[in-house]
Amino acid sequence: MENILKVEKVEKYYGNRSSLTKAINDISFDVQKGEFVAIMGASGSGKTTLLNVISTIDNVTSGNIYVGRTDVTKLKGNDLNRFRREELGFIFQDFNLLDTLTAYENIALALSIQNINPKEIDKRVKNVALKLDILDILNKYPHEMSGGQKQRVACARAIITNPKLILADEPTGALDSKSSRMLLERFEYLNKELDTTILMVTHDAFSASYAGRVIFIKDGRLFKEIYKGNDTRKVFFNKIIDIVTLLGGDLNDAL
Amino acid sequence: MTLFNISLKNLKKSIRDYTIYFFTLVVAVAIFYVFNALESQTVFMNVSSRTHILIDFMMRMLSGVSVFVSIVLGLLIIFASRFLIKRRNKEFGIYMLLGMSKYKISMILFFETLVIGIFSLFGGLFLGVVLSQMMSLFVANMFEADMRQFSFVFSCSSAVKTLIYFGIMYLIVMVFNTFIIGKCKLINLLNSMHQSENMHLKNKYLCMALFILSILILGKAYHIVIVEVNRIDEISILVAIVLGCVGTLFFFYSLSGLLISIISRFKRFYYHRLNSFVIRQFSSEINTRVVSFSVISILLFVTICLLSTCLTIKNSMNANINSLAPVDFQFTTINTDVTFEDGYMVNGKTVKEYFEEIDFNLDEYSNEYVHINTYKTEELTMGDFLGDYLEGIKKELPFLSYDSNEEIIKLSDYNSLAKLYGREEYTLNEDEYIVIADFQSMIDIRNLILKNNGIISVFGKTFKPKYAECQDGIIDISSNHINAGVIILSDDVIDENAIFSDSIIGNYLSDDKDVHNEIETHLRDISSSNPYDNVIFSMNTLLDIKEATVGLTAMIAFIGLYLGVIFLISSALIIALLQLSNISDNRQRYGILRRLGTDEKDINRTLLKEVGLFFMAPLALAIVHSVPGLIFSIYMIQTLGIEKLVISVIVTSIIIIMIYGGYFIITYYSSKRIIKENY
Repeated sequence: MENILKVEKVEKYYGNRSSLTKAINDISFDVQKGEFVAIMGASGSGKTTLLNVISTIDNVTSGNIYVGRTDVTKLKGNDLNRFRREELGFIFQDFNLLDTLTAYENIALALSIQNINPKEIDKRVKNVALKLDILDILNKYPHEMSGGQKQRVACARAIITNPKLILADEPTGALDSKSSRMLLERFEYLNKELDTTILMVTHDAFSASYAGRVIFIKDGRLFKEIYKGNDTRKVFFNKIIDIVTLLGGDLNDAL
Repeated sequence: MTLFNISLKNLKKSIRDYTIYFFTLVVAVAIFYVFNALESQTVFMNVSSRTHILIDFMMRMLSGVSVFVSIVLGLLIIFASRFLIKRRNKEFGIYMLLGMSKYKISMILFFETLVIGIFSLFGGLFLGVVLSQMMSLFVANMFEADMRQFSFVFSCSSAVKTLIYFGIMYLIVMVFNTFIIGKCKLINLLNSMHQSENMHLKNKYLCMALFILSILILGKAYHIVIVEVNRIDEISILVAIVLGCVGTLFFFYSLSGLLISIISRFKRFYYHRLNSFVIRQFSSEINTRVVSFSVISILLFVTICLLSTCLTIKNSMNANINSLAPVDFQFTTINTDVTFEDGYMVNGKTVKEYFEEIDFNLDEYSNEYVHINTYKTEELTMGDFLGDYLEGIKKELPFLSYDSNEEIIKLSDYNSLAKLYGREEYTLNEDEYIVIADFQSMIDIRNLILKNNGIISVFGKTFKPKYAECQDGIIDISSNHINAGVIILSDDVIDENAIFSDSIIGNYLSDDKDVHNEIETHLRDISSSNPYDNVIFSMNTLLDIKEATVGLTAMIAFIGLYLGVIFLISSALIIALLQLSNISDNRQRYGILRRLGTDEKDINRTLLKEVGLFFMAPLALAIVHSVPGLIFSIYMIQTLGIEKLVISVIVTSIIIIMIYGGYFIITYYSSKRIIKENY
């Protein structure tokens, strides 16, 4: 299998000499093409920082991160921007949709930034909207949609550019359980049917149970990773819970 | 901790939010002061006592504009304070959550407004004084003449008026704020950060209908000032102004909805790069700021008209003096007891004789002058000249004095004068005559006669016109086109007894204005006690003409230019503040674009387009408005001369591009900084 993401001895420190915080302390792991990986950890464990350095929003203190063959820690300026819009897709907890644009235009924007012609844009927007079941809200504005609908639009925007890797930061964080389930089912579908690679950060065991592999982080270090294998989601969920219990009190509040 | 301390702490903490508010207030106070300082100038009062129709009209316009300015500034303050409250909703929500009563929150807000109010009032007054000084220097500099009488000092009455007006405004704002806080629900305050701008979208068809309606309304307003200009009166001007304002309001109200529904059809354009983002940004801005856009557009329109018109007045004033007063002096003696029965100018004195009598040696001061006589005879009055057309013309223009005797000049005298003035010289047969004139409406009347036969009889002979129309020319030096017509006859036919006046016209030896002034003061002194009681001596000099012209025309032009520049600065400032507050509200949108991986170059280009559209929209409509506006102005000022209109429009454009463009560039770079902060 081809390596989509290779995280190599990444460290990220905050603060100064007198009070140094090691947000990420020597983490390494790989993600293969077509994998759906969840990163779990308590608040302050460094999971969001990890996502930020992978997504090039933040830079590392040391170590390397390869997406495909590109070392993203070496990218700068417009190369970085091009990499971000062509190779990565983002889904945020607070959606990050433009409230002045309709759903259609929000999704189309990701393509028009890449200067793709409008006919092609139209075809691809309709295609992705069908897959995410948002065809009927394409002409609505964000303030006219529910949270779940917004997140599916954001999801459509993330995958429409056919990125190598989708990065999702607590995508279900602002959603109710029904909307969460719907979104996660879409993730599962995208992953299984379209072979999309997804890296999702969450502190919710239920969300994590949709992934094929869960990486646990504690105090900036890799704590453990478990694979779903041939387990049912229910069994996998219980395994996750076990580890969460093992991790200690911090994560329990998230259950 | 007392409430007052909390207020002060809040002020310091939210200094960034308050900066825009504070500057808006300072500018509003400054503009108000400047405007009222202008109105209360004593010079201005002197003018208003003159019963000149134009000044009268202008005064009425000014008092109207003053009300308009007050309302605009009031709206501006309320808008700015609402903007501020909105930004701090969450903070107030937290206070309430902690158990602070609404009354106490209102009090905090009250103290804050008070502190801000006091600072902005005095800051604004200071700025106003500086601004009015600079403005008067700047505009006065544009006139060549001495403008000492226009000097601006600190206007106490204006300052008091400003204090009272803004005191009341702030009080209203405080009451308004208290009212808003009282009505607020905690949940809304806490959630307000998540709520995006209330985007109530307008119905597409309603927009279309309103847009067409606005075009029709504007069309009617244009029609009034262009086509129906001949029978315009105060009421129809008012109607045109109201229609123009309403039309502008409708235009901006319907624009955003229409813009989206039209442009989004052009998919190739709409989905190119970030065009959809720019257009949506722009339309949502217009959508929420209809009134602001309309007001700015109208202010700009007024600016364009004021600047071009007043520059034209000023330019043609200077041009008139150059062509109509090409020499330094004209000294004339007129015999007052001339009676046509017993000969002419019996006891008259020539200028030379007069000078000898008062012991003034002209040759000491000048070696370039000509001597001319003009003649009048009761054989030829204006009525006689008009002949058969008299009755018809009398009906149309009853106020002309048809009994006045026509002025006649010898060909040789005129030619020597023409040579001095640098104008065309003529030749004449014994039975021909020429009429020279430069007063357009009289030229029209006389041409009618000259084209149709035009035989006149005087000195016992008949003469026919050499040219079928009046020739351009002057005898007396003046500031305006006021030569109603002088008849040139060949030398031999004129009866020397008909001398009416004797003139010496020429230039001084010295080019120095001060020397001229000395000579003229001296001459005025020694001629003040007239040695003859039947002779009038008059001196008509370039210095006097310049001064007199500056007195009236320059006053109008000066006030116009002054107001124009003030309006321009304030509209540019308002739009800059609006845009900056918009950008700082919406900077997360640019943050999203960055996260999607947009190149920095594209983001800057998008921002430039957004700011550019924001600045261009009101200006574009103002430019369209100013076409009929200028046509109307030309009609109003045509007697003053409109020779340099094109140049004035060009200069106006340059002024607007410099000031408005300057604000545009500053706004763009500040916006760029704002959207970088979030990153």
